[in-house]
This record gives sequence, C-alpha cells and structure tokens, in this order.
Amino acid sequence: MTPSSEYNFAYLDEQTKRMIRRAILKGLAIPGYQVPFASREMPMPYGWGTGGVQVSAAVLTPDDRFKVIDQGADDTTNAVSIRTFFERTAGVATTTATPEATVIQTRHRIPEVPLTEGQILVYQVPIPEPLRFLEPRESETRKMHSLEEYGLMHVKLYEDISRHGHIATSYAYPVKVEARYVMDPSPIPKFDNPKLGDCPAIQLFGAGREQRIYALPPYTQVVSLDFEDHPFEASKADHPCGLCGAEDSYLDEVIVDDSGGRMFVCSDTDYCEGRQAAGHRGKDLGGKDAA
Amino acid sequence: MTPLLSVQGITKRYGAHIGCADVSFDLYPGEVMGIVGESGSGKSTLLNCMAGHLRPDAGSVVFDTRGHGPRDTVTMSEPERRMLGRTDWAFVHQHARDGLRMGVSAGGNVGERLMAVGARHYGDIRDKAVDWLERVEIDAGRVDDRPTTFSGGMQQRLQIARNLVTGPRLVFMDEPTGGLDVSVQARLLDLLRGLVRDMGLSAIIVTHDLAVVRLLADRLMVMKDGLVVENGLTDQVLDDPQHAYTQLLVSSVLQV
Repeated sequence: MTPSSEYNFAYLDEQTKRMIRRAILKGLAIPGYQVPFASREMPMPYGWGTGGVQVSAAVLTPDDRFKVIDQGADDTTNAVSIRTFFERTAGVATTTATPEATVIQTRHRIPEVPLTEGQILVYQVPIPEPLRFLEPRESETRKMHSLEEYGLMHVKLYEDISRHGHIATSYAYPVKVEARYVMDPSPIPKFDNPKLGDCPAIQLFGAGREQRIYALPPYTQVVSLDFEDHPFEASKADHPCGLCGAEDSYLDEVIVDDSGGRMFVCSDTDYCEGRQAAGHRGKDLGGKDAA
Repeated sequence: MTPLLSVQGITKRYGAHIGCADVSFDLYPGEVMGIVGESGSGKSTLLNCMAGHLRPDAGSVVFDTRGHGPRDTVTMSEPERRMLGRTDWAFVHQHARDGLRMGVSAGGNVGERLMAVGARHYGDIRDKAVDWLERVEIDAGRVDDRPTTFSGGMQQRLQIARNLVTGPRLVFMDEPTGGLDVSVQARLLDLLRGLVRDMGLSAIIVTHDLAVVRLLADRLMVMKDGLVVENGLTDQVLDDPQHAYTQLLVSSVLQV
C-alpha cells in the first residue's frame, strides 16, 4: 500500500515526535521511571493502544520493518488495524516474522523467539502505575516511588497467598528494575517476566490515556517481586501446543465445541506457524499427517 | 534523662485563625500524656504537628531517635520522617477506617508495616500477624477476613495491632475510644493500658473523654482556644482544677 501524502511521516507531526522522543530518552536514562508526556488524540479509542502507537510513530524510520502483535497473534483486529495504519501513514515495510522485524508493537505478550540487539519492542500499557489499585492517590504513589516505599506491593502479594495459597497474580506481575523502581510490565503473562530482564532489545512502554512513557534499555536487570518462602514462578498451561507440539511456549486455551472440548495452542502465531512449517505436528492438527 | 520527645513552642495558624500557639512540653520514656479540651481547641492540630502530618509554622519537635540521638523532626528530611512514622512512631486514628486498609485482610493490615520495613518471608509475617491479633483479643481465625466484616471495637483493636507490630516507642492516639459504646470502650482501655505498661510505650492521647485520661495518662494538658491553660499530674489536675475552664470541664462530666 502506498503512503497517503496527506499525512506527515508516521501520522504525528515532527514537534510531537520530538516531544515523545525526549520522554523516551528520559525513560531510557532512568529505567522503570514513569515519564509524563503530552499524549495526543489518536484516531482510535483509548484502550486500543494509543500509547503504543505514539511511541511507535516516534521511533519508526522509513527503513524499519514493522510487526504488530495482539495477545501474541498477528491476525487479530487490533494488530491488523495498527499495522495497516502505519502502512498507510508511514509506508514502512511490515512483517509477521519476529526475527525480521526492527520495531515490534505488542499488546500483552513478548514474542517467543528471543529478541536481538537493534530491535525495539513497544508495549501498549493500559495502567502504568503498579500501585494504583492499592493507593488511589497519584500524589501519594509518586511520593512512594520517589522515596522507594514499596512495602505496599508486597501487601498485594501477601493477600494473594492468604486467599489462594499461592501468588495468584498471573499477569501484570510487578517487577523491580535495577533494584530501584517498581514497574508494571503491562498485562503480559508472568510467563514472559523472565524475558524482560537482560534483554538485548530496547523495550518501550507507552500509556496513552494515562500519559506516561517508561522504558527498559538493553540488558537491564529486572526482578519479579516475591516472598522468600513463596518464590516467583513463571507459569503456563501444562500442555504441549495442539498445533505445533511446542512444550516451551505460552498457550491459549481455545474452546472448540459446547460439550467441554478444548485445545491449547501457542498464543504466538508466528512462532507456531514457523514450527509447523518446519515439520512439527501437534495432536490436535487434523489431516492424515497428525501425530 | 533525655526526654523521648521534646516539644518547644509549637505554633500553627490557619490564616488569621490560631490552630495552636506556643505549646511546649517534654515527654519521658514510658510516660503517657493526655491532652484534653473541647472541640476546636487545637488538640488534633497539635497532635498532627507532632506526628509530622502538618508542618508547624514555628517551633521544634525533637525526638530521641535510636540511631542518631535527639533530632528535630520538623526540619529532618521527609524520607527520614516517614521512616520514623513506620518504625518508631505509631498513629491511632479516631476512625479505624482512616487507619486501616479496608480492602485488605486483617493479616495484610498487620503485616503492612513489617513489609514496609523489609520483611519478605510470608510465613514469618503471618505468624507475627496472628500473634498480634491474639494480643488485641481478635480470634486468630479471622486473620483472612477483611476489616469491613469486623465490629467497630474490633476494627479499633486491629488498628492498634497494625500500629504496634513494629515495636514503636511513641504512640500518638487521636480519640482512640471515640464512637465506641461504653463496655467496648472499657475493654479497649484495659487493653491499651496493658500494652502501654508491658511494652514500656510512651503515648500522647488526645481526647475529650476525661475517663480515658484518668485511666491511661500520667500527665495531663488542658487546651482552650489553641492555648495550654493548665498542665500537671492527671489526678492533680482533675481533682483540684485551678483554671476556670478546667473547673468547667471537670464539673461537666455526668455522675451516674
């Protein structure tokens, strides 16, 4: 698709991009710190990734290859529409293959294929403040961040254990960055938390409605919070993928009929298709070559 | 002997109106001080100035810290003051709802201060929470219940447990028995008296209930219109009031 000439490159005007880049640079300089920025109205509703789109628009260059995933999938409404948006307004090349992409905008997942140096992962963040549901006052949460008063975060984990017998928080699991800021990694499953730390790629987080940008530079130390006697555990459904047989990827549970039938499939569609193309077969794949 | 808390010339104005003016006193370790007076006399303003919730316009509040000896808490940095608020100080609010997290279980409420000072072992935190619930006469089986399911008296006892779990040396209490019926008040007072004596706590209790200070306080300060009009030993002030306002206050108590 050819870029529409009525738009500036990547939709936003240059001054806005400059403002967002400044926030990104500040975020990279202080890993995990939430930098306020003047979020713009985007041609999409809040909650659909307005923060991520603005960050992507600010970091895209004409030579980039762009990939968008939504809950791991390249082919859902949100992913398709954001990818089309940048095809039209920036004319950048797009891809669904993780290793080929230079900028990846994601909602709620980190790709299974390990990221490499030179790649940028942009997260869409609904609520950037990890302390929000425990302390509703913004003035107070800012003070808690600045004074490193994070005891409250453990109260939440304590409540989980006392109610469920284990830490039941399974997504948006709070992490501590470089032993300083507690950060909400956006609603990624806690299975993905270990991939946040020591990652060769740049990770940027954009929250449009809440007007915050934060970032993890490459090879940052990221530790998931836990108790000594209830250590952090990256969990996933205890099944192999029904389509590609992968044992090590994060799975979605799909209901297939109304009599209790279900199957587990990789949430990362690119990873799953790649494995199928390489000849891996899961037990739920129909046809004569099913295992 | 070094006073635990030395208050000098505390003044707080709200515009032209006086909150409290030129209040000075020393509090020694193990001593319980009562502050009485009618509504609007500046008791709570004074308490909040001492506890670091309000910044006084003039005066100093020198606290004998564990690590660094006497320090003026008005001029110390905010992180240090907030650290004191979580460790050596405790604040019991009149309404338990102000002092508790209503959406968090009783155990979580008691454990919060422990976690705030670095406890990271779930089992230990929980054992301590259960121990403290029992010390304030709350059934250990209620540890996972939210305070919303507790009665007013239980909420107030839970608030006390939550405050005392880190072993503070100074407790600020703002009308701890307000809004409770008399039998519950009596049990709470009995409990407080036991805890204060056992732990060797110092306390400053603001109240308008003379029975409370009669039972708990060693010394008494009477306030009117932001000024201290009389102070002395509790029995001395209550049995032989000198100032006209104190005489009025003492004679206003209903005799049953």
